[in-house]
Amino acid sequence: MAKKTIRTIPQDRTPIPVQEPADRVANFAEVALGYLEEQALNECERCLLCPEPACVKGCPVGIDIPGFIERMLAGDFREAYATLSDDNLLPAICGRVCPQEDQCEGVCPVGDTLEPVAIGRIERWLGDMAIAEGWTAQPYLEPNGFRVGIIGSGPAGMAAAADLAKAGCEVTVYEALHSPGGVLRYGIPEFRLPNEVIDAELANITKLGVKIECNTLVGRLFTIEQMVEEMGFDAVFIGTGAGSPKFMGIPGESLNGVLSANELLTRCNLMGAGDFPNNDTPLHLGKQVAIIGAGNTAMDAMRVALRLGADKVHCVYRRTEAESPARLEEIHHAQEEGIEFHWLTTPVEILDDGAGNVRAMRCLRMELGEPDDSGRRRPIAIDGSEYEFEADMVVYAIGTNPNPIIGQTSKLKLNQWGYVETDDDLATSMAGVYAGGDIVTGAATVILAMGAGRKAARGIKAYLGIRDSNVAYLPAGEDRGDSLFGIDAGERNFTRVRLA
Amino acid sequence: MSAVTKKHGNRRAEKPGRDSACPSKLDADVESRFEIVAREDFSELTYLLEVAHPMMARAARPGQFVIVIAHEHGERIPLTIADFDRERGTITLVIQAAGKTTREMQRDCQVGSTLFGMVGPLGEPSQLGDAKKVVCVGGGLGVAPIFPQARAFKENGAYVIGVVGFRSKELVFWEDKFRSVCDEFIICSDDGSVGIKGLVTDGIELAAENHSDIDEVIAIGPPIMMKAATETTRPHNIKTMVSLNPIMVDGTGMCGGCRVLVGGETKFACVDGPDFDGHKVDFVDLMNRLKRFNEDEKLALERWSEGTGQASAAKPAPPPPVEQVERAPRAMDGDMGVHYGTLRSAWDNQDT
Repeated sequence: MAKKTIRTIPQDRTPIPVQEPADRVANFAEVALGYLEEQALNECERCLLCPEPACVKGCPVGIDIPGFIERMLAGDFREAYATLSDDNLLPAICGRVCPQEDQCEGVCPVGDTLEPVAIGRIERWLGDMAIAEGWTAQPYLEPNGFRVGIIGSGPAGMAAAADLAKAGCEVTVYEALHSPGGVLRYGIPEFRLPNEVIDAELANITKLGVKIECNTLVGRLFTIEQMVEEMGFDAVFIGTGAGSPKFMGIPGESLNGVLSANELLTRCNLMGAGDFPNNDTPLHLGKQVAIIGAGNTAMDAMRVALRLGADKVHCVYRRTEAESPARLEEIHHAQEEGIEFHWLTTPVEILDDGAGNVRAMRCLRMELGEPDDSGRRRPIAIDGSEYEFEADMVVYAIGTNPNPIIGQTSKLKLNQWGYVETDDDLATSMAGVYAGGDIVTGAATVILAMGAGRKAARGIKAYLGIRDSNVAYLPAGEDRGDSLFGIDAGERNFTRVRLA
Repeated sequence: MSAVTKKHGNRRAEKPGRDSACPSKLDADVESRFEIVAREDFSELTYLLEVAHPMMARAARPGQFVIVIAHEHGERIPLTIADFDRERGTITLVIQAAGKTTREMQRDCQVGSTLFGMVGPLGEPSQLGDAKKVVCVGGGLGVAPIFPQARAFKENGAYVIGVVGFRSKELVFWEDKFRSVCDEFIICSDDGSVGIKGLVTDGIELAAENHSDIDEVIAIGPPIMMKAATETTRPHNIKTMVSLNPIMVDGTGMCGGCRVLVGGETKFACVDGPDFDGHKVDFVDLMNRLKRFNEDEKLALERWSEGTGQASAAKPAPPPPVEQVERAPRAMDGDMGVHYGTLRSAWDNQDT
């Protein structure tokens, strides 16, 4: 096969079929429908299979992207999935929710001239295929006798759990809610990430022997200290997320009808409030819903409110579209669905209807001034621009604070903002206890949390003395089959067994 | 080749001594089902459930609460831990049938059945401090959760005055339990059929008259009662702690639904509380926020009552097994945080 060049590959990025906006606002089915096989393969053709792939470096978990694409092009989807899942056991999830434009696709050289290869869409197709075919990547597991406890079953925890289980550790994941998945479950709505996809990919992790215990709030039911000292865990990973919603502290915030995006999303995604009377949890949706903030959580909250039947959903953000932290695709989808954006607007008071409910907000118009610490231009209020903004539900999606429970119940060192302090290997101040994801960095993305989970898993393996090697030492000139001292040469994890 | 499936001989490494070392210590396996091992009905509305959860019984301390989910489609409701028994490995909840969920639980939660979920102990435990003389006040359903506090103070060497309020004599429960941990015990009843006639505030006044050296009052009950209790102690300048029970979803600090105003600051009752300085709590705000789902709660209860009316006509006698209940039609509900609900109206009708 002649070497592919930028001129010989299909020039146009393969479009992904989507539900029409008019249809999708009335349902919770997925917006992006996913590639068909020929579409996925057509997109694979666009990959130049670079010898030094930038995309792998751009991926927080370091997926061998050209590796799995090459196997797909060879028609070996099973092997392609094995390559993919070596680094990421949640491909159907990541293919849907990763901000690829800032990661693998953002550094793809094809993107210098054309649109970059749609790596995320290919990943999703392959992940979905694996779910449909029931493939699991099950490496041979050599139990090494070490027990690792993971706190939180979100992306950080599950990524760490998968890597540690593959290394032969006995892994137990503790989840405070009654259903596993963390933010994937309570935060991201069905139309972006269906629950069946979460279930299927978590099942792949439990097939590695990982045990998930729900209804268990670590810190309160037992402490991290107890896990290490009494419960026999050799190491602990904390992946509890940030999670505690921020409010603005303006008058009227305790009126009924003011809530956090976390609460709205949890009621809908986790508790099924949209499906009453079949589920017991109420939401009491407003007619005019104003969402404060323009991040991905804000977009999710808006689009959920719309699908549940709000007359009008407004996005209120103090900066402009250019500064908004949401993925471009999400803003685009929200606009298509009829969400009204009010840029350069900030509420200063929430007004009462006389019966303790929200009637309206008092808002100020803003303009952009000099850049602030984040490099974005600072919004400044315009004098005398105050006006009333009609809304009967106000939802805050302006970020999160760290959850205080770890600090309340352990002696772990926290930084000044209350996040867990770690070294470069994600080790905390307590020996054998590692932390990663939002509880260390503050709110970020699913894939960054997974990257942190994998990094912490490497740290834990090093701490436990488990050698993790990608190099297979084959004795030269001697045919020993595929066995090396009785150990599979392809097996990636060699373990030092701890002696009593 | 990839790192997929290749079997070798079993070289399972054992870690000697790990399991045998300390049998009394914690096990990594948490209860995954929550069996009801005892039930007692105090009145037509009030019932007690004792749920097996040895690990939680070990961890629980006075002032903490749990979140319970009755069944797969149920809501998460916060319930104060009324008692815990470390020997038996159980958590005791006292529940008042007020909304749809608590009525449904009253019907379905029989001995041997299981709850779909129970997480806890949640919240910061009560600070016992070094109070030498305390008044523990429980009104209505607050009577149950005030008990472990009274016991803890007693164990801490304090002089404990118990003050509990009921509407009438028939509704009194746990009198013996209280007498066993209280140095003085005052029952207040609305109709005077037992103890003194009056509200718990009258009991607090009585205690304050007889003792000028009360260090602390702890009041648990419906918000209107806790408000009245704090107004009673304010002129006496006695530190008064209250246990707030606002509407919440996760109970772990994630949703912010349970925010309350304390001293002008927003606090999350589930992680910052549930105990707060009663003299700083904005009770008007709290009571308004408890009305948040009133319409939905009413609707849910109506639908459920209609549904069960038909069901009971077709099939009277014993309560249906859990499997059948799971399939029964459900209405939405709002029991969240309002298991004091019916008491509130009783208090509203009185001059406090």
